[in-house]
Amino acid sequence: MMRATLKSSLLWVILLFAFLLLDMPRFGPVFGWAFPGVQPEVFDRASFIEMFWSHLTLVAMASTAATLVGVGLAIFVTRPAGRDFRTMVNVAATIGQTFPPAAVLALAVPALGFGPRPTAVALFLYGLLPIVENSIAGIEGVPDAVRDAASGMGLSRWQVLREVELPLAAPVILAGIRVSVTIGIGTATIGSAVGALTLGTPVFDGLAGNKFPYVIQGAMLVALFAILTDLLFARLVRALAPPG
Amino acid sequence: MIELDRVSKAYGGRTVVDNLSLAVPQGAFCVLLGPSGCGKSTTLRMINRLIECDSGAIRLGGEDVRAVAPEILRRRIGYVIQSNGLFPHWRIADNIATVPRLLHWERDRIEARVDELLALLHLDPVAYRDKFPHQLSGGEQQRVGVARALAADPELLLMDEPFAAVDPITRDALQGEIARIHRETGKTILFVTHDIEEALRLATLIAILDKGKLAQLGTPLDIVENPQSDFVRDFVGAQGIGLKLLSVRKVAERMRPGEAAEGEPIVAEASLAEALGQMTERRCDRLPVVDATGRVLGSVLLADLVR
Repeated sequence: MMRATLKSSLLWVILLFAFLLLDMPRFGPVFGWAFPGVQPEVFDRASFIEMFWSHLTLVAMASTAATLVGVGLAIFVTRPAGRDFRTMVNVAATIGQTFPPAAVLALAVPALGFGPRPTAVALFLYGLLPIVENSIAGIEGVPDAVRDAASGMGLSRWQVLREVELPLAAPVILAGIRVSVTIGIGTATIGSAVGALTLGTPVFDGLAGNKFPYVIQGAMLVALFAILTDLLFARLVRALAPPG
Repeated sequence: MIELDRVSKAYGGRTVVDNLSLAVPQGAFCVLLGPSGCGKSTTLRMINRLIECDSGAIRLGGEDVRAVAPEILRRRIGYVIQSNGLFPHWRIADNIATVPRLLHWERDRIEARVDELLALLHLDPVAYRDKFPHQLSGGEQQRVGVARALAADPELLLMDEPFAAVDPITRDALQGEIARIHRETGKTILFVTHDIEEALRLATLIAILDKGKLAQLGTPLDIVENPQSDFVRDFVGAQGIGLKLLSVRKVAERMRPGEAAEGEPIVAEASLAEALGQMTERRCDRLPVVDATGRVLGSVLLADLVR
């Protein structure tokens, strides 16, 4: 048990991430030695905890919305009534994905102002496609025979969806959410260009002010955040894996 | 029991079921037989309303199936399909318990019923209850499919080519099982197949369909002895008709009551084909005949088979 815990990369990533998040200033001298002349050595316009929390909230809100809308759309277009809209939904989601997030921000700022809101919109649009596509694939991947048997035995449409289609599609849907969230964590950093507080804030400040250590500090934390989230999803996938 | 009254169904102008009338009495094992595309599956699926008919009426126990909500209707009708359609994410016990759960049976009653059905299908309840479908062989999965269909003691069992996807040996065993279950429970069964041998073996009543129309309705013996059209004659198979006759007639019909004979006995319910097989195998021309309990009834002679 102990050995298994020590061997899991998840534990080490959590420890490293927490350590850097809480105690980045401790590494001031290291950055000072590597990049002499940058003062202060560690980004201090906002605490890393504060930036992480704001980053997390932003991604969580956008991803929750993308999941609800994405899965909802997938359910709709796999019903007899919504089948005609399948292509349209797919095209729309693909267009959302094709737009560079920076362009979405540029378009959203005039409408929504600076700050986290345009970023949340960009993240939502950007994160929709993997969820929609995977949810459709997951639901359509349920064998016809299983669906046929389910309705043939007297499950209502709602029961077929809830007890058969969604549980069987869950691993594929979850894989879509995992991709969407992981990409979202990286993409959210761009929000700092329009005034959202994220772990990308030190990156943009560092680039603008030619203070390279800030770029490293922000980038390291964003990367660890993304890796950590991905590992947590891996755990969840394993927990939800089909039995047997 | 089931009554189809001038039922029709068309898809995009192509008539699949054409003005079909058919009455199946309580307790019958009725086989809908025909080539692919003759409308037999469509007919079956119109009974539990997975497909709605365009015109005509279907009555179950005198009541129009459209008078009941489809889900409620289907919970009263067992349904078995070719690729079993077990829920891969549910244990065997949960699969079998599907309809009882929908009917809100109490948990103890469901558990007892699941074990009873597993035993009925010759699956050890302790070993199989907690397994998942993918851990079972194709034949075992199909047994679970049958158990699931019987779970809530339905009035009627619909079976859509249930044994078409399993190997011949397993199929033979499953056919034996369903024949036994029919005898023991007296359920009305409506069974779709394109396999004439299967139909002759299982049916008490065969309905041969051709292009959505009823070509002939009769007992297996009727169909083989008096085909009413060239289509039926061709379908039943002009070749080997004698052998087919042997397979639909029972030993009981040709037995000499009270006459004794030596050797391993054959049951009176066995077909003449089986008796011929036994005689050929053992190089004898006389077999003792017993009933299901093993009581000696008489004997059957080689000459009796061809009389």
